[in-house]
Amino acid sequence: MSTALRATILIPLAALGCLAALIMVHRPTMAGQAGLGFWTLVGVLWLLAGIGLSALSHLRARSPAARRAVGLSVPILFGAFLFFLWEVIVVGAGVPSVLMPAPSAIAGRFMASLPTLREDFIQTFVKSVLSGYVMGCLSGFLVAIIADRIPFLRRGLLPLGNFVSALPVIGIAPIMVMWFGFDWHSKAAVVVVMTFFPMLVNTVAGLAAAGRQERDLMHSYAAGYWTTLVKLRLPVALPFIFNALKINSTLALIGAIVAEFFGTPIVGMGFRISIEVARMALDMVWAEIALAAIAGSAFYGLIALIERAATFWHPSYRT
Amino acid sequence: MTIDTLSLGMRPAPSRKAARLWQGSAVPVLTVILVIVALWYAAAVAMNWQGVSDAFARAGEQRSTSEIFLATLEQERPMLPAPHQILVELKKTVIDTPITSRRSLLFHAWVTLSSTLLGFALGSLLGIVLAVLIVHVKTLERSLMPWIISSQTIPILAIAPIIIVVLGSIGITGLFPKAIISAYLCFFPITISMVKGLTSPDLLQRDLMRTYSASSAQVFWKLRLPASLSYLFAGLKVAIAISLVGAIVGELPTGAQAGLGARLLAGSYYGQTIQIWAALFAAAALASILVAAVGLAERLVNRRMGVRSA
Repeated sequence: MSTALRATILIPLAALGCLAALIMVHRPTMAGQAGLGFWTLVGVLWLLAGIGLSALSHLRARSPAARRAVGLSVPILFGAFLFFLWEVIVVGAGVPSVLMPAPSAIAGRFMASLPTLREDFIQTFVKSVLSGYVMGCLSGFLVAIIADRIPFLRRGLLPLGNFVSALPVIGIAPIMVMWFGFDWHSKAAVVVVMTFFPMLVNTVAGLAAAGRQERDLMHSYAAGYWTTLVKLRLPVALPFIFNALKINSTLALIGAIVAEFFGTPIVGMGFRISIEVARMALDMVWAEIALAAIAGSAFYGLIALIERAATFWHPSYRT
Repeated sequence: MTIDTLSLGMRPAPSRKAARLWQGSAVPVLTVILVIVALWYAAAVAMNWQGVSDAFARAGEQRSTSEIFLATLEQERPMLPAPHQILVELKKTVIDTPITSRRSLLFHAWVTLSSTLLGFALGSLLGIVLAVLIVHVKTLERSLMPWIISSQTIPILAIAPIIIVVLGSIGITGLFPKAIISAYLCFFPITISMVKGLTSPDLLQRDLMRTYSASSAQVFWKLRLPASLSYLFAGLKVAIAISLVGAIVGELPTGAQAGLGARLLAGSYYGQTIQIWAALFAAAALASILVAAVGLAERLVNRRMGVRSA
């Protein structure tokens, strides 16, 4: 059997089987007391899906569009199957929800508590993360420009910046809470400090990335410092800067959530996570994590999109 | 630090030694540190001023400006402790306290260090195994790799309380749950850099191995693994730093019995700012020792493998 045939037969078959298993496991006679037969079915489905996915990933598509579709569908199918296993095992074996809620329960809780999630999202993401992120990245960028202008400062700041990026900066959270109060200002301050150093180090590295030849060319055009900076060195530094922006997008969210463990008003994603964990309402905690995951990936994806548009000339985007 | 060694041009200077000092990074770094310390003292005076003068006013004492100035640097619970206060606290909790006591900072550092190291070991093992599988099994590369990468856009640390509580409710407490968090955080940079390293041998080198009719195990042990080591160590350095972060954050939701994270939390409950700063300094020292240790291991391995420094 050719790999294409194997993929086209096995994957729909496995998908149908998974659907049947899902319907079966949610029947009241089945939930929590699935027998040996059911687990055999799950095992067979696992085997089918494994062979099918393996065939799909070895598939050699001819057109670039088909290749991209295959490249996208493999991880999506793989992820969907993992979620299927999670659901079936949790529901079928009757795992108590204080240990591990099923994805369907989490989704239900997510939908049921949209207003709370919305408030937490505004408090943590819009207020703390975004404001801190903008301030931290901007100040890191400006200090990098100044440090680049004054070599003495650069040689002094850069080793320190590298040193600080290896430190557990998140530990300053309790101090910031003490200085700026319980509300979002203290979380934004933590985010500022966390995002400052990656931006500084990356921008300085990026500004040094322009080659000698290009600089000489600018010099021969009688371009001054500012012209060279704007027309040559900043564009060359853009991939480095976007790298820092992407690193910082994750760091900022982590910083804001963890800082909320140290004290908040009664709203916010980190606050909700710590309070619901204490009440053993794990489905709410997972809903909150799902929200954080969606926000984090969307934030990252947005920056990646902007990067693509801004650095379209870079070799890694040429096809 | 590689950047400033690169950017140092060969400029002839009148006095070589002085010039080398000026051009190297030692003098600029020291200057920046001195400036930071000076700013720190200024900030400590400015931020504590209000509290000190209020305290004197409450006590009904009239004090001169210079007395207030001195008192801002000697407060018991200052807004911002002066550097020497933190050093005194560090000396008190590190040297003057027996290491078995719960008041000793070394005791708490050891608690954090042990879960950091256990998590680092678990994470490295997981990361390396995943990387080897990803390089050798194409299905895994296509299906798992995108998920590993996109898992990093998720604020993973938010899961820390769940891991602690879930493992706690099935009877696993203490070191292990924190180590799991560390391991979960630090497997990623190791997997990514290891995959990069294992795929770094180019076509020419792989073809050479094929002309020797080397098996894929031989290619792995004799070509891929040695080629991946420098990438692996770069990943390990990042990993051990975030492993420490994971251990510290893992100590927060348990109500914090021991460890540097517990010191941070207890300090923030009781307003013991000096204690918080001392714990922060200890964490910073621990992080730099760990990264330096990985660097040392890298140098030893490189010497053993006969790598010449580039």
